[in-house]
Amino acid sequence: MYTNLLLMFLVAGFIGAAALVAGRLLGPKKAGVTKLAAYESGVPASGSARERFPVHFYLVAMLFIIFDIETAFFYPLAVKFKAAPAFLYANGIIFVLVLAIGYVYILKKGVLNWK
Amino acid sequence: MDPLLITLAKALLLCLTLLGVFAYMTVIERRILARMQHRLGPNRVGPFGLLQPIADAIKSIFKEDIVVSAADRLIYFLAPFISITFALSAFGAIPAGPAGSLFGFDPWIMDLDIGLLYVFAATSIGVYGIFLGGWASNSKYALLGSLRSSAQLISYELGLGFSALTVLMIAGTLNLREIVELNVWSVSPLLWLPLAVAFFTFLISGIAEVNRTPFDLPEAEQEIVAGYLTEYSSIKWALFQMAEYVNMMTAAAVVSTLFLGGWRGPGFVDAFIPGMSEWPFIWLILKMAIFMFLFIWLRGTLPRFRYDQLMRFGWVYLFEIALGAALLAGAVIVFAG
Repeated sequence: MYTNLLLMFLVAGFIGAAALVAGRLLGPKKAGVTKLAAYESGVPASGSARERFPVHFYLVAMLFIIFDIETAFFYPLAVKFKAAPAFLYANGIIFVLVLAIGYVYILKKGVLNWK
Repeated sequence: MDPLLITLAKALLLCLTLLGVFAYMTVIERRILARMQHRLGPNRVGPFGLLQPIADAIKSIFKEDIVVSAADRLIYFLAPFISITFALSAFGAIPAGPAGSLFGFDPWIMDLDIGLLYVFAATSIGVYGIFLGGWASNSKYALLGSLRSSAQLISYELGLGFSALTVLMIAGTLNLREIVELNVWSVSPLLWLPLAVAFFTFLISGIAEVNRTPFDLPEAEQEIVAGYLTEYSSIKWALFQMAEYVNMMTAAAVVSTLFLGGWRGPGFVDAFIPGMSEWPFIWLILKMAIFMFLFIWLRGTLPRFRYDQLMRFGWVYLFEIALGAALLAGAVIVFAG
């Protein structure tokens, strides 16, 4: 079953790699300093692009890890839900309540207010 | 015949089909959008512009392969490769018909017990393609676009994950084939409300995940040129476009599979031709076509979100509504049996 998965990756990867190689071999090559410069609305590029960026993106990434793990914890619970609905539902509610405390905290802190 | 050889042939067939559909989706989208804006759209290459994708493909292969001088060369090439590879592979777990209906073979590449998780995982890796592409270009617009894009994609993954939870609780399996065979709507009418809510939140998150209007912030051309695509040209640009369209098709197929019965047709068609609702391929393709048209229609109709609205919408409304639907479905199962 998982051999099929590997084969699928190989075929898909082969198509991507073949396209890249074909483009590399078949296209003309006439490089120039301005042509290869990074685009900055027509004026000469100033400095590197890799500078500091707003902390919001970093916060969103951290929150994502927390809440996505929450989703991942819910999946086995959902798949086996029919085995013991009442017990698992109570567990799920407690889990949601614990996370709700953190969720309300980040909302009140204004983490999601992009101003 | 060797089962590995069959899988290989099926994988190749699937990838080429997806790429062929991608090529024609570009021209169909341009034609439909043009009609919505009282224009004609591309109609010069071949009858009704039908040879346009072939001309575009030849052009993008023979264009100069520009590598920005400040770019990180390896990652710059790796990014479109990652995007297209995982976009194509994600589709392999989606069943297109009953077992043995593809000339005696099964119409799916793999029948995974963790099918849905696999599709989510493979499409999520697409974020790396976008982020690495923007970072490797070493251009300010590209970096801003990729930052926006990755923050958006991971935010809407929450809505996506929690919407799917409703279906999982009802179906009790992650296997996409079993979800289709069960038909979640037939379990109990009491579950229709949470299912309908989850369907809409899933659809909205899905549109956001594939960067379509009104969520196309990563490519907001008035603000950040072309986002992560700014420094990409020729075939590398085409690969990113391919990945985007293939992701659209995957999103359409997953929505159909989870919520609309996947490859099954509506029951009433059996009254005309017995067994018609069990025909492979056509029902899934029809459902996907409806969603693809919806994506294009939205692009012709809606303006774009502002970035702070987008993040608030994903984290506050969509997330809470999707979680609410899942909790409601759970309560129904517990109290109504």
